[in-house]
Amino acid sequence: MQLSLIKHHGCATPFLRHLLDFRVYQTRQRSQYCNIACTVIRHRWMKRAPVFCTHNTTNKMISTQADKESIDMSKFPVERIRNFSIIAHVDHGKSTLADRLLELTGAITTTDKNKQVLDKLQVERERGITVKAQTASLFYKYQGQTYLLNLIDTPGHVDFSYEVSRSISACQGVLLIVDANQGIQAQTVANFYLAFEAQLTIIPVINKIDLKNADPERVEKQIEKVFDIPTEECIRISAKLGTNVEQVLQEVVKRLPPPTFKKEDPFKALVFDSNFDHYRGVVANIALFGGYLSKGDRIISAYLGKSYEVNELGLLRPDEHPTDRLYAGQVGYVIAGMKEVKEAQIGDTLYHQKHLVEALPGFKPAKAMVFAGMYPTDQSDYSALRSALEKLTLNDSSVTVQRDSSLALGAGWRLGFLGLLHMEVFNQRLEQEYNASVIVTAPTVPYKAILSSAKLIKEHGKEEITIVNPAQFPDRSVVKEYLEPMVMGTIITPDDYIGKIMSICLNRRAVQKNMVYIDDHRVMMKYLFPLNEIVVDFYDLLKSMSSGYASFDYEDAGYQVAHVIKMDILLNGKPVEELTTIVHKDRAYSAGKAMCERLQDAIPRQMFEIAVQAAIGSKVIARETIKAYKKNVLAKCYGGDITRKMKLLKKQAEGKKKMRYIGTVQVPKDAFINVLKRKDK
Amino acid sequence: MLRTFLTAVRGPAVFVGRCFSSEVSGAVSTLAGFSSPPFSTEASLYVHWPYCLKRCSYCNFNKYIPRSDNQDVMLECLQRETETLLKLSQVSRITSVFFGGGTPSLAHPSTIAAVLETVARHSGLSEEAEVTLEVNPTPVGSSKLEDFLHAGVNRFSIGVQSLRDDDLKVLGRDHNSQHALQTVAEARRLCPGRVSVDVMFGRPGQSVASWELELDELLSVCDDHVSLYQLTLERGTQLFRQVQKGQLSVPSDDITAVMYESARRILQKRGYLQYEVSNFARNGAISQHNMSYWKASQYLGVGPGAHGRFVPHGEGDVCREARTQTLEPDVWLREVQQRGHGTRRRIPLTHLGLLEEVLVMGLRLIDGITHQHWQLFSPRADLHQILSSSSEVQDLQQTGLLILDDRGLRCSWQGLALLDSMLPTLLLLLEAYITQGLQEQQARGPP
Repeated sequence: MQLSLIKHHGCATPFLRHLLDFRVYQTRQRSQYCNIACTVIRHRWMKRAPVFCTHNTTNKMISTQADKESIDMSKFPVERIRNFSIIAHVDHGKSTLADRLLELTGAITTTDKNKQVLDKLQVERERGITVKAQTASLFYKYQGQTYLLNLIDTPGHVDFSYEVSRSISACQGVLLIVDANQGIQAQTVANFYLAFEAQLTIIPVINKIDLKNADPERVEKQIEKVFDIPTEECIRISAKLGTNVEQVLQEVVKRLPPPTFKKEDPFKALVFDSNFDHYRGVVANIALFGGYLSKGDRIISAYLGKSYEVNELGLLRPDEHPTDRLYAGQVGYVIAGMKEVKEAQIGDTLYHQKHLVEALPGFKPAKAMVFAGMYPTDQSDYSALRSALEKLTLNDSSVTVQRDSSLALGAGWRLGFLGLLHMEVFNQRLEQEYNASVIVTAPTVPYKAILSSAKLIKEHGKEEITIVNPAQFPDRSVVKEYLEPMVMGTIITPDDYIGKIMSICLNRRAVQKNMVYIDDHRVMMKYLFPLNEIVVDFYDLLKSMSSGYASFDYEDAGYQVAHVIKMDILLNGKPVEELTTIVHKDRAYSAGKAMCERLQDAIPRQMFEIAVQAAIGSKVIARETIKAYKKNVLAKCYGGDITRKMKLLKKQAEGKKKMRYIGTVQVPKDAFINVLKRKDK
Repeated sequence: MLRTFLTAVRGPAVFVGRCFSSEVSGAVSTLAGFSSPPFSTEASLYVHWPYCLKRCSYCNFNKYIPRSDNQDVMLECLQRETETLLKLSQVSRITSVFFGGGTPSLAHPSTIAAVLETVARHSGLSEEAEVTLEVNPTPVGSSKLEDFLHAGVNRFSIGVQSLRDDDLKVLGRDHNSQHALQTVAEARRLCPGRVSVDVMFGRPGQSVASWELELDELLSVCDDHVSLYQLTLERGTQLFRQVQKGQLSVPSDDITAVMYESARRILQKRGYLQYEVSNFARNGAISQHNMSYWKASQYLGVGPGAHGRFVPHGEGDVCREARTQTLEPDVWLREVQQRGHGTRRRIPLTHLGLLEEVLVMGLRLIDGITHQHWQLFSPRADLHQILSSSSEVQDLQQTGLLILDDRGLRCSWQGLALLDSMLPTLLLLLEAYITQGLQEQQARGPP
């Protein structure tokens, strides 16, 4: 896949980047060959470099005319600049539209193979989702004038809404894509509100009108009803076939306001994204909110107060295209010798050394909503996994990493993710791009405790503490109250499923906040959920009980007081540290019972009886018993049976070495893994 | 291609390597003496008759339904292989012979006689040596018993299995309870005090009460030896499939445990002393042949799929080998005709490997392993040294499952039923002790 990427638009890109892609591709091989592979590739690059260059320049000449060696960016005053994002529910065709826009404006050549050009990760293409925001500057001629349209492609899932909100802050308008067949879905609503609250101009685009069951009229009515946008404002397109895509560009020019920044003002830029490049350090994506920036300028990061010299800057088309300058209202990249992603803090303000400016408000840092333990399947892979994690988190700073260890699973980490999809995508990337085999424990959410003990408050330096690991759960006696994270969930479903869905929501301690019909058959419901209730299997359950028709999305809704308690799991009275969980009081019994049952199945019978108990403090709330073996001896063992018998016993003896002992109870490691790991779908 | 070539080359190379290394470790240390186990001039002999008239529904043993009468070839090959292995082992005395199967009572009595003659011709086979034949209690089998007796057999082991005709049908046996009773009576007439019956519990639909009743019935007609087996569902058998499909159900583990305990109790009450996990004897009528397995003595295995454990002195070797003969009768016949034997696999037993077998087999005996017996195989490391310091062993002793005292190591009455749960612990301790000892010796270098 990486190779085909090189072929299709390699011409417009500095070859170095491709080689990097190539290198990453190589590292996917088994980790122990990693070093060798790297060396070989570097070596090959040295040899091949001239070849690539020639290839590059020849291609550039026959390539589109807009692709001049150096573009004079001063030719694009703010009046002829439009900055916009595309937002949509998963699968509504956002990336396909982006491909068409890129083709129409000559940023990439038109071929059948342009599929989700901006989705560069394997996981993005496989799952048809966008995980990482990408930027592309397009040149578009309209009524004799050339406009600079900066498209900031955003991820489609709410887990990545922090990326959406970042991108939105660099825009003046958005294209809100809705599938002509499926209509408004839960994420459409979430994304709409992000743009609406940022006071952006919203252009509704109804996509996939070529589908047999497309009903654009119905969707227009939904849009009118839910978003209060007149039906006439919708553009009906088929991104796949290219129908009316030109009109989208025209409407972007006509309807979206230009940025209001002045190039006469002192230079001021917002860092809205950053990438890490092994050769050149941090590549920061910036939006200029005033003034201009030239190569060689000395700039300062407001966040760290550090100064940098601009080595390179330019447009993203979508590959880096160096220019001499960038002006107010424009969007591009800058490389300024920053060595760590942390130096290019997302939301940071950059300004000229000589002209101090007021820093932009920035963004709230992405907050981990879901935590899970991650351990190498084989402990000898620990360091390989660690280096894979380090590499992956370089480009995804939203993942929090804490070292953790478990007696059952060995050394590992507790990772914090923005949401479940984020977690899945991260794991998939780890497996695909780094060939790592990991055990992931069932996800948990961060609880909070308001401390009452003066001593503890002093110890922590604050009254409110966040609890990520159940082992750190403070006792009831030193706590004023516990808080659990809440989310506002949006469910959109055909009305046939309302009853069923309401009952599962009720079971999950959810409180209904709102319910409206968005058309004759579809209902939008809002529920306030404890996050803990949806982290594991809610989405799958919802999908299966609605035959796949219901969509679900959620947004952070702060914390709420909750009666949560720590539940221990005991084997013959001895607590099993790694199975301690935090549960809501009302759920303790069912959670404890389920855990005991799973353990009962997972632990083999032994010579004595084993009590598997769930306990709150000293009170046992659930119990299962693993009965003792009364007989375990092979009935028949003569000369011909010895070999087989010895083999079996030796295997058992080997297995015994891998047992974890809780008191005298032998527990196979698999047993913990089965209890701890997420249930496979 | 390359890979195929490599494996082809490696196959025998590994074999040689293993042999070599075990000899080296023997030579480097003073363990050389151990590699040659005690009584290597004696062995027992197992002869496998692979044919059955029909397949029992629970049996996955190595047996075949014969396509044609090939008694003559079988006779020739059994004799030939016996001769070869006797020469190879250079044993001067065969202590006992056991004809198992399959259904060895299908063989001509003359075949049995000829094999025994071969044994007598090439090594010592005393008059008193126990010669057992497994007998299927069918009218045909019964009628041949006297001829078998004249052929040299002096002990019969009769596969009664059950006295319930319905159950015998489910098990796919080709006899009924009437046949069984007649066969037992006839065998007792011919060999009083030397008849054993096999009986099986844990059968489909069986209850504890019916089992106890049946066992009582059986004990009132049987001789001085009883072998008690729990039906085990083996993959690939008809019974396994029937239980899988839910057509039949077998008693749960807890029920079969009760059946075992009550059988032990009943047998004891009737004067049958348990001497091994599955074997009970009255008037001292224990099976000498089987005893030699549990005592880890040498034995030769003749016939398709037979196993043996002996030192091939004839090749100049000093360490005991685990040997397996070729499984399929036709292939085995061909190999014996061509090479004189059908040995398919030879694995030299290491010092540790042999001790593991001594331990695993010995603990099946009610008397366990005496210190004297252990010392025959392990003159340097005694059982106390190996096991006493382990807290797990101490736990087992405290809970009354295992006994380690001046006599030796053995299971308690209760512990015997749980032996397989204890063995992994004991095996790990043994392994740790022996490998540590070896390392220390190697570190010190040759004396």
